[in-house]
Amino acid sequence: MAKGTNDAKLLIQSLRKAYAATPTSLKIIDLYVVYAVATALIQVAYMAMVGSFPFNSFLSGVLSCVGTAVLAVCLRIQVNKDNKEFKDLPPERAFADFVLCNLVLHLVIMNFLG
Amino acid sequence: MGATSVASPAPLNSAPSSFPSLKALKFTTKQQELLIRVSALALIYVLAFVVRLFSVLRYESMIHEFDPYFNYRTTLFLTKNGFSEFWNWFDSESWYPLGRIIGGTLYPGLMVTAALIHRILHFFSFAVHIREVCVLTAPFFASNTTLVAYFFGKEIWDSGAGLVAAALIAICPGYISRSVAGSYDNEGVAIFALLLTFYLFVKAVNTGSLAWSLASAFGYFYMVSAWGGYVFIINLVPLYVLVLLVTGRYSMRLYVAYNCMYVVGMLLAMQIRFVGFQHVQSGEHMAAMGVFFLLQVFYFLDWVKYILNDIKLFHSFLRITLTCAITVGVLALSIGTASGYISPWTGRFYSLLDPTYAKDHIPIIASVSEHQPTAWSSFMFDFHILLFLFPAGLYFCFKRLSDATIFVVMYGLTSMYFAGVMVRLILVAAPAMCLVSSIAVSATVKNLSSLVRAKSKSPQGSGKPLSGSKAAAKASADQSLPFQKNGAIALLLGALYLLCRYAIHCTWVTSEAYSSPSIVLAARGHGGGRVIFDDYREAYYWLRQNTPPDAKVMSWWDYGYQITAMGNRTVIVDNNTWNNTHIATVGRAMSSYEHEAYEIMLSLDVNYVLVVFGGVTGYSSDDINKFLWMVRIGGGVFPVIKEPDYLVNGEFRVDKGAAPKMLNCLMYKLCYYRFGEMTTEYGKPPGYDRVRGVEIGNKDIKLEYLEEAFTTSNWIVRIYKVKPPKNRW
Repeated sequence: MAKGTNDAKLLIQSLRKAYAATPTSLKIIDLYVVYAVATALIQVAYMAMVGSFPFNSFLSGVLSCVGTAVLAVCLRIQVNKDNKEFKDLPPERAFADFVLCNLVLHLVIMNFLG
Repeated sequence: MGATSVASPAPLNSAPSSFPSLKALKFTTKQQELLIRVSALALIYVLAFVVRLFSVLRYESMIHEFDPYFNYRTTLFLTKNGFSEFWNWFDSESWYPLGRIIGGTLYPGLMVTAALIHRILHFFSFAVHIREVCVLTAPFFASNTTLVAYFFGKEIWDSGAGLVAAALIAICPGYISRSVAGSYDNEGVAIFALLLTFYLFVKAVNTGSLAWSLASAFGYFYMVSAWGGYVFIINLVPLYVLVLLVTGRYSMRLYVAYNCMYVVGMLLAMQIRFVGFQHVQSGEHMAAMGVFFLLQVFYFLDWVKYILNDIKLFHSFLRITLTCAITVGVLALSIGTASGYISPWTGRFYSLLDPTYAKDHIPIIASVSEHQPTAWSSFMFDFHILLFLFPAGLYFCFKRLSDATIFVVMYGLTSMYFAGVMVRLILVAAPAMCLVSSIAVSATVKNLSSLVRAKSKSPQGSGKPLSGSKAAAKASADQSLPFQKNGAIALLLGALYLLCRYAIHCTWVTSEAYSSPSIVLAARGHGGGRVIFDDYREAYYWLRQNTPPDAKVMSWWDYGYQITAMGNRTVIVDNNTWNNTHIATVGRAMSSYEHEAYEIMLSLDVNYVLVVFGGVTGYSSDDINKFLWMVRIGGGVFPVIKEPDYLVNGEFRVDKGAAPKMLNCLMYKLCYYRFGEMTTEYGKPPGYDRVRGVEIGNKDIKLEYLEEAFTTSNWIVRIYKVKPPKNRW
């Protein structure tokens, strides 16, 4: 048991150390992702309390959070300099794609909100 | 096909602006190749449109079959009343007295497309009637499909394969069967949307760009709006992602492509009212969601592994995360399925996995002829040489595996399985067959033509950079087999012969088998001249002009759409078949004695009854041949109708030896009323039924509660009026 907690502590420490080495721009994107997922979880908890009617509003709320989180992760992947597959992609193009997809996502959400 | 001309070109006098001086009017090789490709594509585009016009030239520009009439009626409504009325339309003219919420129970893609084309044409002052637009929508989209097939072929192999794919799919009978001019049905537009979605998705996986992934989400939205077969896409794409993950070919591009397409695509799909919340509630869509969550976990673990750089620590982290994720996943799935929140697979799609399911449980699905398993002859008929080019193409795909070829292989194999289960799904397999076969054709022709053009003297491989071509290496190594060049020429001629036979076969098949409107029948008369039977339209127009506007017509569900579209009268049941009990009520009425049927008809407010009878002309798709299905469907809901009552020793007969219930049921009486006096064939007794090939058993038919209203000129459609109840004294 002690070895287990020791392992866990070592794990968390090395994770924290490795994460501190990431550039700030990526950390900002990670913060946005965490915020979006947290909002989604809050909405699910609220739905569990008051029921799921109207279902389309609940779905649009949760899916907008999940969608924008996923798109932010895609942006992070494309902007990260360590990814050799995307080294030809200028970060402006990646950000423009991100904005476009978010625009479409939120327009559909607004139609679905009801 | 991929062979470019290196000889000096003849000077062409076109496009003078791109050449600085008159001397340089020669095209470079690249420009020549572009010219050849563009002109080939243009010809293929026109060919795909023109080959589907047989029935328009032979008969007239009209809508075929049954389902297209419903689509036509809704498109007419859309152009007259606008989108908002269409989207919220409640139709009280079908399924009397229940009505049908049309706005919420159809796939609007086809109607909106046709209405849009109609509006654009009117904007440019082409005053075409919406019917012409409807008739020609399917060929137009078939031409667009060839373009998409070209780009798809280019993406998975090279532009030569793209050209071959476009040419093959332009005339492939499997596709033509559902997209001739006049066949105004969802599949005409849906196959275009299917191929477009697949192409955009493969492009997104190849480039890893969010923009292409967004485009594929829109393609998926178009597919969802067009056809219920979109379930194929939403299951094939996650399966593909799973295969890539399992074989270790995953990359960041896959993550970007799938996630954007899934989330945005799912949201867009839920805007269609008919689909509703199925993407989060139905068992058929759960695979996509499962793969979505799996991807998140997988790539998260991949990222942690990357930043940790330490195997042991990562293993412990992996253990923790995996146990959590798997428990949560299994728990959610089991609670969802057990509580019924996640609905199980619907009968339509479950019968694809278990083909015997429909026959035992849902007779309506089993009775449709398009839902029967496919015979080998159908495969040969619809695919011809593609049948053996497909395995050859698979071989080439495996030789040069990439993300794109894996996708095409999976698409081909899954669609071939489903095409074997249900005849109708040959249509979905057709693009896959054409794409894979085009790889085989293109690669073979390229290899052979390089052999033909190889100069045996120069060892440096005289400028033919063909990848992996052992033939080119052999030629340049100067160890060529004797008569290699002649052999290659012979094989090339053989390939040319095969492709010519394919073209001839496709044209013959289109002309003979797939160009009949089904609503107008044709036959060869005694003198060899063509005889047209236009009885259906005659009957529907009689209904339109001779019955009160609020009359209700009872018929078998096959003819419902046509009666509402052309006869403009209310029907009891139609082809939508959404209410099995209502159809069973009609089936029960048709199979009961006349007085029992009269009770049922009074309760449904029926004024007219319409039956189809082929005994005079020999037309075999008539109601007597469909009668056993009426009994089965009626008996499925009302146990008072028992199928053995109508059979004699398990045999279905209508002559003197037939079962007494058969000889006196309503359908028999309505079909054979006054038929006993009619001589149909020289040398046969009166009352000889030309379809069943027997003399009918009950010739002396008296109708007590109905009277004959109209019989068409060839006795194919017969309409009876229901008499009002007698006065009590």
